[in-house]
Amino acid sequence: MNEHKPFVHIVKRTDIKWWKAWIIRLVSVIAALIVCAAIIYAIVKLNPLKVYASMWSGAFGTKRRSWVTVRDTMMLLCIGVGLAPAFKMRFWNIGAEGQILIGGVATAACMIFLGNLMPTWLLLIVMLASSIIAGAVWGIIPALFKARWNTNETLFTLMMNYVAIQLTSFFVSLWEHPAGSNSVGIINQSGKEGWFPALLGNQYTLNVVIVGILTLGMFVYLRYSKHGYEIAIVGESERTARYAGINVKRVILRTMCLSGAICGVSGFIAVAGSSHTISTATAGGRGFTAIIVAWLAKFNTFVMILISLLLVFLEAGAGQIASDYNLNEYAGKIIIGIILFFILGSEFFINYRLVFRRKESAR
Amino acid sequence: MTQILSLIQSAIIFGTVIMFGALGEILTEKSGNLNLGVPGIMSLGAIGSLMGAFWYEQYTASPSPALCLIISFVTAMLFSLAGGLIYSFITITLRANQNVTGLTLTIFGCGFANFFGGSLNKLAGGVGQISLPVTSKAYRAVIPFLSNIPIIKNIGWLVYVGIILAFVLQHWLFRSRSGLNLRAVGENPATADAAGINVIKYKYLSTCAGAMISGIGGLFYIMDYIKGTWASDGGIEALGWLAVALVIFATWRPRSAIWGSYLFGLLSWMYYYIGGLTRSTSELFKTLPYVVTIAVLIFVSLRRKKENLGPSALGLSYFREER
Repeated sequence: MNEHKPFVHIVKRTDIKWWKAWIIRLVSVIAALIVCAAIIYAIVKLNPLKVYASMWSGAFGTKRRSWVTVRDTMMLLCIGVGLAPAFKMRFWNIGAEGQILIGGVATAACMIFLGNLMPTWLLLIVMLASSIIAGAVWGIIPALFKARWNTNETLFTLMMNYVAIQLTSFFVSLWEHPAGSNSVGIINQSGKEGWFPALLGNQYTLNVVIVGILTLGMFVYLRYSKHGYEIAIVGESERTARYAGINVKRVILRTMCLSGAICGVSGFIAVAGSSHTISTATAGGRGFTAIIVAWLAKFNTFVMILISLLLVFLEAGAGQIASDYNLNEYAGKIIIGIILFFILGSEFFINYRLVFRRKESAR
Repeated sequence: MTQILSLIQSAIIFGTVIMFGALGEILTEKSGNLNLGVPGIMSLGAIGSLMGAFWYEQYTASPSPALCLIISFVTAMLFSLAGGLIYSFITITLRANQNVTGLTLTIFGCGFANFFGGSLNKLAGGVGQISLPVTSKAYRAVIPFLSNIPIIKNIGWLVYVGIILAFVLQHWLFRSRSGLNLRAVGENPATADAAGINVIKYKYLSTCAGAMISGIGGLFYIMDYIKGTWASDGGIEALGWLAVALVIFATWRPRSAIWGSYLFGLLSWMYYYIGGLTRSTSELFKTLPYVVTIAVLIFVSLRRKKENLGPSALGLSYFREER
């Protein structure tokens, strides 16, 4: 009965070899790069290979650029690590952007007001603690309402971002320096109170250390701890979790507290370990990009390293193209968007298999 | 008195931008697709209208307003439709996660718009800021017999189109067979499928139509709100998120989006007209629309009235064989 069969039908894959899945992902990235090359050629009429070479030099061309790439990768990774437990619980924390900013504001406040009162090591600890508390509070507010009244967390956390952005603007104009500049400027520029100290001869070593610990810790926490197990169950099915005697409300609150806290820490790293200032651009959309990082990595924090690196590389590279060829810096966002579209689409071919109609009906 | 009048006027113009955005998103969400790409789609609509009008005004000695309108409208629709199609294909056909796809679309759309908005003039060999006097003027034309009424005498005709569209959508969604089908798809796609409704078709059509309506918001932003120029300051993105907020505020009812959008406009512009605010406290005032939305979100979830909660299958991909 050939004519009743559709030309193609879709079957769910139950198992796919890990290397096959990675080949599919690799193919999708390559396909995306080809599409981007075509677009680049259409716009600037330049040899795309040359453009990609210029991207490489933008990200890794000099020692300093390489370290900036590492720094930005760590930042994105840190946020992704923070989002992982929430997403594994199927709690859509879109609010990382706000949690980063609030953490950053708390950090900056400590730097400004406590800068001269204590030694740097103590100051750094106080800054870290306040950013953790600020981020956790920002994360736990939507969680409270989700746990108690099942308020939609996607939209709640989204709104919290904008409240945080406006609060940041408020503090920026409160602390502005010099007056009238509408920016905070570099905080403690002369004494460097509260700046990350250079370790092992590099300014960003501490960033790598902190994020490295978080990445490893989160991997172990999610995979091997009882909490991680509870998060997985709540994510799969709240009813099952309740039946198994898990206190779902407590898990939601605890997990969002942790998620917000780590996002707050990335605000701390952004302010104390990288820009040494605070503005609404401190988060700069990374809170949203990290959502995609966490989701694509399937909450595996080590895969996140790879994806963060890819995205940061593209962003840095696109910045280089922009300055080399006199374009504006938003070119990078276009390329990132296209690549993410392709990677997102490729998941389909990992989860499903296309079965085409055969010429003769198979018995 | 004049202050209040001009506040109301800015509120209406501001509100119309997000009203279009929200109307499109309501239509999209009614099919169960939570499209967080609204800011991106609005940016695409904005840059579409800008490019269309720019090419036409640039290469014509005396551009005719009517052609300006048509060309910029068509290009805006094509661009926002493209955004809607990308989103639909990835989430409906390829069944990717809607939140992540939507956010990617926002990154892409805003990047695309800012890229071309910032370099359009340079690519065409010109210098300085883009300006589209003829097209912008055509969009800001007032309706003749309404131009004597004080509050609305400076309100462009697209504002009325928005209001009419809201009523039409409301009527279609809640009073027609196909509207009922669409709502069924958003509530429970499996049941709708069993009842013989083509779920995929409804999802595609409503998402793409929704994207085009949201795109008008971007067009209105360019042509009326900032009067035919371009600014890469993230203004559209912020308004796009407000449009997403407005959908919740209006509890997925197009008609409520009308007064909701004007209220958001009032809340957003109030700081400008209240005396005694410093620059820092006015920033605090700007949180008002978001805080109000959060309050509505909480209030709605407290009351647990089914019809205020939005479509049940919102955010979920549909796969027939998975039932």
